Amino acid sequence: MQDVYIVGIGIHPFGRTEGLSGLQQGANAARAAMADAGLAWPDMQFGFGGSDSAGNADTIVNELGLTGLPFINVKNGCATGGSALIGSWQAIASGAHDVGIAIGFDKHPRGAFNAMPAEYSLPEWYGEAGFMVTTQFFAMKLQRYMALHGISPTSLGRVAEKAFRNAVHADHAWRRSPVDLDTILNAPMISDPLTKYMFCSPAEGGVALVLASAKKARELGRDQVRIKAAVIRTRPPGSFEVFAPSMDIERGGAPTLLASKAAYEMAGIGPEDVDLAQLQDTESGAEIMHMAENGFCADGDQEEWLANGWTNIDGRLPVNTDGGCLACGEPIGASGLRQVYENALQLRGLGGGRQVPGDPRTAYSHVYGAPGISGVTILER
Amino acid sequence: MGASAIAQGLFRETPEPTLIGGRHRDTGRVVFPCPDDAARWEAIDLPRRGTLWSWTVQRFRPKSPPYIGPEDFTPFAIGYVELPGATIVETQIVGADFDSLTIGMAMKLVTTDFAAAANGDAIRLYAFTPTTEA
Repeated sequence: MQDVYIVGIGIHPFGRTEGLSGLQQGANAARAAMADAGLAWPDMQFGFGGSDSAGNADTIVNELGLTGLPFINVKNGCATGGSALIGSWQAIASGAHDVGIAIGFDKHPRGAFNAMPAEYSLPEWYGEAGFMVTTQFFAMKLQRYMALHGISPTSLGRVAEKAFRNAVHADHAWRRSPVDLDTILNAPMISDPLTKYMFCSPAEGGVALVLASAKKARELGRDQVRIKAAVIRTRPPGSFEVFAPSMDIERGGAPTLLASKAAYEMAGIGPEDVDLAQLQDTESGAEIMHMAENGFCADGDQEEWLANGWTNIDGRLPVNTDGGCLACGEPIGASGLRQVYENALQLRGLGGGRQVPGDPRTAYSHVYGAPGISGVTILER
Repeated sequence: MGASAIAQGLFRETPEPTLIGGRHRDTGRVVFPCPDDAARWEAIDLPRRGTLWSWTVQRFRPKSPPYIGPEDFTPFAIGYVELPGATIVETQIVGADFDSLTIGMAMKLVTTDFAAAANGDAIRLYAFTPTTEA
C-alpha cells in the first residue's frame, strides 16, 4: 500500500441554498477542491461519491465534464461520505491511480427525516405505530447511557453550547449565532432528554476532497496532510441500533468500537496521540457517547471533561471544531467528508477564529449511521 | 364499531394479551416479531411482564406516511421493555405520567386503540403500562 495525501479540499456552505440542487452544491465543492489542489476535472482519474436524497452522484459529470472517468456511486447512509473517501483511498493506496476525487452532497426536505419501513426490511406496522423516527433511537440510547454512567442534562447542554460557539468562526456552518446554556436547557423537549437545540437538523451542502499519491502530492507541493487510517465497519452482535423492534438481552459491542480500534491499529497510534477530533453529533448525547466509544475517555468521565471545557477549541482534545452536525446541519451524504475537510483545514493551520492552537499534527474523524455502520479516518501532518 | 389488530401475528388478546415472538430453531435466539420464515423460526409466546430498559417521549407528530395515529396529536411515551429470558421489545407506553418513567420499573403488556381506520374501526396495537403487581 502506498501513502495517500489530501491535496485539495472544497466545501459548499451547509444549511439551505435555494435554487441549487444537491448535485450542484456537490459540483461547487468539487470545483473548489480541484482549484485548491491546482488541478482541473480532466486531471481526475476516478471519482467516488454519493448522496442519500439528492440523486446519483455519477450524474455530476453533466456538471463537471464528460471526461469518461470511472465514477462509483456510494449509498451508505450517514457513512456515505466516509465510504466514498475509503473507496478513493483504496484506489490510490493500491497503486491503481495517482489522483482522484471523493464527493458527498445532499439536500433534504425540512422537518425530521422520514424513513419508510420497507427501506429497512421492516414490516409496515412498525412505521404505522410511530416507531420510524430516528430521534427516538438517539434519545433512548442516551437515556439509558445517562442512567448507567451518571451523565447530567447540563452536559448535554454544554455540548450544544460549544457547537454554536465554534460555528461562529466557521464560514461553512449553518447556525452561526451563540446560544447560551440556559436557553438550550429550557428549550422545548423534542424527544426526552433532548431539547430542540440538542438535535441537528436535516440540511443541504456539499464537500469534495482530492486525493493523490505521495509522488503526485509532492509534484503539486501539497504533501502536507496524509491519510493514516480510513476504515468502515458494520455492527457486531448485541449492538443497539436505530429501527430495532427487538434486541438481545445480552448486550454487545458497537460498530464505532470496531471502526475505532481498526483505525488506531492501521495508524499505529492510540487515542492519546490525537490532537483534535470530529465525532458524529447528530444530537449532543451522541458526541458524549462517542467520546467514550472512540477511546478518548471512560464512560462517565464526560461529566468532568465538559465541566472543565476539555473539548473546547483550547482544551486538551478539541471536539467538533466547526460546530459539527449540531451547527452545520446534517446533509447525510456530505457530513462525513465535512469532518475530514475540517480536519485537513486544521492541520494546515487555516482554521482562522476556530484554529486549534499548538500546531496540531493528528486529527480524527468519526461517523455513525443506520443501520449500524461506523467510519473512522485519521489524518496526520 | 369494532377493532382490529394493526397486523396479524404480532399479538393475541385471549385469554390475556400476549406478544408472539420467534425462537431460532438452531440457536435459540428470541426476537420480536416472529420472522416470516417457519423453517428457521418457531413462533412462541413472550413473557407478559418485564422491566423498562429505556424510554423517551415522542413530542412531535411523526410524519405520515408511515404514521397512522390521529391528526390531532398528543405526545406519547415509547420505550424498550426487557422480557426476562426472552428479548427486549420496543413498545408504546400507555397509562403513565412521563415524569414517573424510570429505567427498571415493572411493566405489563396491554393493548391500546391508538388509531382509527377509514370506516371508524379502532386499530389496536400492543403496548406496555407500569404495574405494581408482583
